[in-house]
Amino acid sequence: MDLILQGIAQALHLLWSLDREVLAITLLSLEVSGAATAISVVIGISLGTAIALAPFWGKQLVVSVVNTGMGLPPVVVGLFVSILLWRSGPLGFLGILYTPAAIVIAQSIIATPIVMGITIGAMQNLPPNLRLQILALGATRWQMVWWLVKEARLPLMAGVMAGFGGVISEVGASIMVGGNVKGYTRVLTTATVMETGRGNFDIAIALSVILLALCLSVNYLLTMVQQRDRPR
Amino acid sequence: MRHLESRGFKWVSLVALWAAAAVPVAKAAEKPAKTVLLATTTSTQDSGLLDLLVPMFEKETGYLVKTISVGSGQAMAMGKRGEADVLLVHSPSEEKQVVAEGFAIDRRLVMHNDFILVGPPGDPARIKGSKTAQEAFQKIAVAKARFLSRGDNSGTNAKEKGLWRAAGLNPEGQAWYQQTGLGMGDTLNVASEKGGYTLTDRGTFLALGRSGRRLNLAVLLEGEPHLLNIYHVMEVNPAKWPKVNAAGARAFSDFMVAKKTQDAIGRFGVERFGSPLFTPDAGKDPSSLGI
Amino acid sequence: MSGKDRVIIELSDLEVERGGVPVLAIPSFRLHEGEFVSLVGPNGCGKSTLLLSMMGLLRRKGGRIFYRGKEVHSSGDALAFRRRIAMVLQEPLLFDATVHENVASGLKMRGLRRKEIGEKVALALERLRLAGMGHRSARKLSGGEARRVSLARALAVEPEVLLLDEPFSNLDPPTRHDIAEDLEKSMRAARVAAIMVTHDQSEALRLSDRIVVMDEGEIVQCGIPAAVMNDPPNVFMARWVGMETILDGIVKERAHGVLRVAVDGGEIEAMGEESPGKEVYCCIRPENVTVERRDKPGPPGRNAFPAKLVDVSAAGTFLRVNLDCGFELVSYLTPESFAGLGLHDKSEVIASFPVAAVHLVRKRAKGARGD
Repeated sequence: MDLILQGIAQALHLLWSLDREVLAITLLSLEVSGAATAISVVIGISLGTAIALAPFWGKQLVVSVVNTGMGLPPVVVGLFVSILLWRSGPLGFLGILYTPAAIVIAQSIIATPIVMGITIGAMQNLPPNLRLQILALGATRWQMVWWLVKEARLPLMAGVMAGFGGVISEVGASIMVGGNVKGYTRVLTTATVMETGRGNFDIAIALSVILLALCLSVNYLLTMVQQRDRPR
Repeated sequence: MRHLESRGFKWVSLVALWAAAAVPVAKAAEKPAKTVLLATTTSTQDSGLLDLLVPMFEKETGYLVKTISVGSGQAMAMGKRGEADVLLVHSPSEEKQVVAEGFAIDRRLVMHNDFILVGPPGDPARIKGSKTAQEAFQKIAVAKARFLSRGDNSGTNAKEKGLWRAAGLNPEGQAWYQQTGLGMGDTLNVASEKGGYTLTDRGTFLALGRSGRRLNLAVLLEGEPHLLNIYHVMEVNPAKWPKVNAAGARAFSDFMVAKKTQDAIGRFGVERFGSPLFTPDAGKDPSSLGI
Repeated sequence: MSGKDRVIIELSDLEVERGGVPVLAIPSFRLHEGEFVSLVGPNGCGKSTLLLSMMGLLRRKGGRIFYRGKEVHSSGDALAFRRRIAMVLQEPLLFDATVHENVASGLKMRGLRRKEIGEKVALALERLRLAGMGHRSARKLSGGEARRVSLARALAVEPEVLLLDEPFSNLDPPTRHDIAEDLEKSMRAARVAAIMVTHDQSEALRLSDRIVVMDEGEIVQCGIPAAVMNDPPNVFMARWVGMETILDGIVKERAHGVLRVAVDGGEIEAMGEESPGKEVYCCIRPENVTVERRDKPGPPGRNAFPAKLVDVSAAGTFLRVNLDCGFELVSYLTPESFAGLGLHDKSEVIASFPVAAVHLVRKRAKGARGD
């Protein structure tokens, strides 16, 4: 309807005119979720690969826990992290509640199980003898892991995109640990909720459009990396 | 000699990009002594008043104010836990309790705005012309007209519940009494959609009315003394919570009652709505407001 | 010939266990430079285990591995040793990349420079007749092409030893033949020693300098192809070398190097040194079983039995004929002989075979040393 069209027009206007506040909000969304995704990739792929490849007692249980973690409600994560970061909480001395760092922490906790779970599935899906064949070509243990990860790059990249998608779009944790402080911890999702609550639907829709455009561009880039070097 | 493939380079640069993105995030960790945590309500934030006052304060004092706008219940809970430095709320009975329990000090009157009763223009319960809010509520209950309550322990919600009590009524559980659990703006939207009555602060109502959506609601009762929404500022007691920024809290509290600020409060909204949204009250005798 | 005599790899008292159960026990084994060894035996006898243990990819319970006379210890040496060997597993297991990247993978792992890699890859591709296919996607190759790529990948690192686990399985015979030929040429050209696990008799005979026979984790025979062909150490090998008649029997009598063995339904004469009472298998090649008409005159020779024809099937250019003499005998006849004898189902004939053609396999034959 025209409200949505109005919103889209508003979005284009805000972007075109390089509205300072909107730009700051957008940039912060990207930074915070980008940092969280990067952290989740480092931890998720390394731990996930280790879990997938190494035999150990209780592996089934660990994998179930990770898979459950994939569905962690962001607002629950936000609640627990904020409790930890309260002044009276165990990590209160850090003084990082209501800062972007807190959002990065919470979003990393949300994204890491996603990346890890998909990594475990991807690595376990490789042909079981591939490990041996790689070693049989003269690889060191580390090289073997590297070549296995390379071989699983398609689903792993999907995992990265899933992790990023999960955090760029979440609002529960961002509000709880970030506080939606203007110019400081306000991101696209929290701003959208706030503007909706104020009744500024056009701005809310504009922010939503920007968020969608952001998701699309990032995922497009990641997809290009994923599909690159696909031989004909 | 290891050969650096171009692909290796690309990965390294990607990682470097992310790291660079993380720098501003890290930089944003500021010194705690310079931060003031202000807990206030969503309706206060939504009125836009703080968007005017907070920058003024920051410029004057150099403090960084983090405004956390939540429901009134949560704001006071934060105060009681020492998770905020200073509170700006509008729930007088709860506030008095918090002070009595020793969690807050220096409770000072700042300003007031008022609540209004709005409802469908057709006014099925015929509350227009009522002398008091209690009268209007009674008429609504008798007519079993749809009433939307915020039901979220906010200041507005507390006010509304108080009015039902004063009218001797308990609408909980009745079919026509619906609770949204949402903020003021959302609740007004629901009331407009469903043709129901609701109690709202004037500021939000005016703000919503001006935005894209036309609200299908008319002002049916206003100006009644019981409908005043009174704001106090109070500092979280540093004796109970040594970690609070007592100096910053005091600075903010002083600022809210300072003459210059009070003048600004009195002018707020005139340009946009034609009449001020708030009335500055610092220094006045509380009984003059009828509380 | 001196090259052939130089020992590249020696195994001594190699023991491997899986779940506490011994699966490999090799007291001694030597692989010589440039030598082609075929490793045969029933499924599960430890052939793959031997290859993997040799490379150090399976933990061993005990034993030592020597490379050119020097013992290979774990960690440091092990990687350098492992890199002199390349192993190709049963499925091609190619990477999801181009042919070139696959063949180059082993070289990349060794940290060679791009130019060098390019040269070695080109050489390997040419050897396996894959020149010009470097850019093709490995996922889109035919079975034969994929197999060639996996072999090229192993050859590209210029190993001293190539270990092959059934490298040509699941390929049609002409493709199998072609690839085997190209592989052999490449290996001879590069003087690569090889151990190849195979189930294919003709391949083993054609390509190998030596055949090693395994059973239940041990080496039971080791020798030139002719020796294995004529002297299979167990029933599995007897079948493998083509002795289609295998009869359970007990030695009844021994006189002047000739044994009389009682089998189910009759008695056979064979040459051997087994003492009476010993249980043996009598193995006879179908080519050695003669079929004649019953009414043919002449004295019955040794090992001549009246038989009834129970089945006929095709066996290459021959006809395989199953005969019931009280026990079962298999014979090969040319179609002409078959026709000439006027045979049909349930024909009654005389089946006979020379005493010398009966190969005896002792039940539970234990192994020879594998050098």
